[in-house]
Amino acid sequence: MSVVTGTIDWLSDGAHWSGEDGVPNRLLEHLGYTALTITIAAAVAMPLGLWIGHTGRLRGLAVVTAGALRALPTLGVLTYASLFTGIGIRAAIFALVLLAVPPLLAGAYSGLEAVDRQTIDAARAVGMTEWQILTKVEVPLALPLIIGGFRSATLQVVATATVAAYIPGPGGLGRYLIDGLAISDYPQVVAGSVVVIVLALVLDGLFVLLQRLALRHRPALVPTSV
Amino acid sequence: MTWFRDNTDKVMDLLLSHVWLSAVPIVLGFVIAVPIGWYANRHPRLRGFLLSVAGVLYTVPSLAFFLILPTIIGTGILAPTNVVVALTVYAVAIMVRSAADAFESVPPPVLDAATATGFAPAGRAFTVELPLAGPVLLAGLRVVAVSTVSLVSVGALIGVSNLGSLFTEGYRTDNTPEILIGVIGIVLLALAYDVLLVLAGRVLMPWSSTRATPRSGLRRLVGGGHA
Repeated sequence: MSVVTGTIDWLSDGAHWSGEDGVPNRLLEHLGYTALTITIAAAVAMPLGLWIGHTGRLRGLAVVTAGALRALPTLGVLTYASLFTGIGIRAAIFALVLLAVPPLLAGAYSGLEAVDRQTIDAARAVGMTEWQILTKVEVPLALPLIIGGFRSATLQVVATATVAAYIPGPGGLGRYLIDGLAISDYPQVVAGSVVVIVLALVLDGLFVLLQRLALRHRPALVPTSV
Repeated sequence: MTWFRDNTDKVMDLLLSHVWLSAVPIVLGFVIAVPIGWYANRHPRLRGFLLSVAGVLYTVPSLAFFLILPTIIGTGILAPTNVVVALTVYAVAIMVRSAADAFESVPPPVLDAATATGFAPAGRAFTVELPLAGPVLLAGLRVVAVSTVSLVSVGALIGVSNLGSLFTEGYRTDNTPEILIGVIGIVLLALAYDVLLVLAGRVLMPWSSTRATPRSGLRRLVGGGHA
């Protein structure tokens, strides 16, 4: 039996679509880890990124730190952390958060940086407070790039959450890949890979739509009434 | 660090395979992507299509890509070729966008001047466009290098030996120093590639600062991405 027909058989077998090891449950776990990771990473990166973008302070440090974090191999961080936390999802979430912070940070500060200085000066001139400038001028104008940061972070996390299954604790779609490899069940490995790839492409498509929507509903670049 | 002293030979072997597994995709990716990017820039209607294809390819998660390639190209499921091919595809995907931006950054009047002074199209592409696109190309290549070095380590999960093997082995044997050596080795290798690329840029393009234009750098930081 070839791997291709084996994969099709695996995917069309009803037994693989229910229960704890079924695709719907693994998919939900995968999305759950992704959502948890992005929430924690955003709680750290968004205030920091917006502050850096608004004030222009510590920008050099942020660029260097984001670059250094990018070079860190996630598998290394994951295995290292899990030897301290033991089996479970804590090490996985920690490694994934480290991965998600740089793109979120970059999206926030580079988004604010791209806002026309004259627009901000105009907002200040008509008497807006710094908080109003941030929330009513800078963030709305920077929204497409901020969403771009979320897109990048989400896709990295979805992709790398499969690697996290190397640790016995976490579920998610990576289980099919790692467990299938361990028992040489290649149809399961390929079927799992296909599901992960489809998930990544669908999420990417959703973010493209979100970015277009943000771009369309962006305030006019020349403010008519502020 | 006693572990490192006792296992220097092994680490060096793994480092060497890591260099191979990353250097081949970086070089191939550059060589394949630059003509595509050049072509995309000259044909605006194809540009959007080519960049979307590149974006979609870059979205495919790496571990899934390594594992699905054998059914597409007929290699063994645990062959190092899968890692090299997948990473080359990622390198091309990142680099095509950079190359299109790079050639777009060449001012049209310069091209007209080159044509007016008698450059043939091919000569103009190699001796005028390529050098002027150099700084943005270099910026793209630096991103490719860092991401490739880091992604090679995922290959350890399918049994392809490289510095990432120190993670899997260190995890199995509960050996934190071993994992740490792997992380340090990979970060240092990424740094070495980066320094090498910047130096090459200084030698080949002595007239320009090797920093990317802020606009293209910004786009690269925010668009696409994964591990």
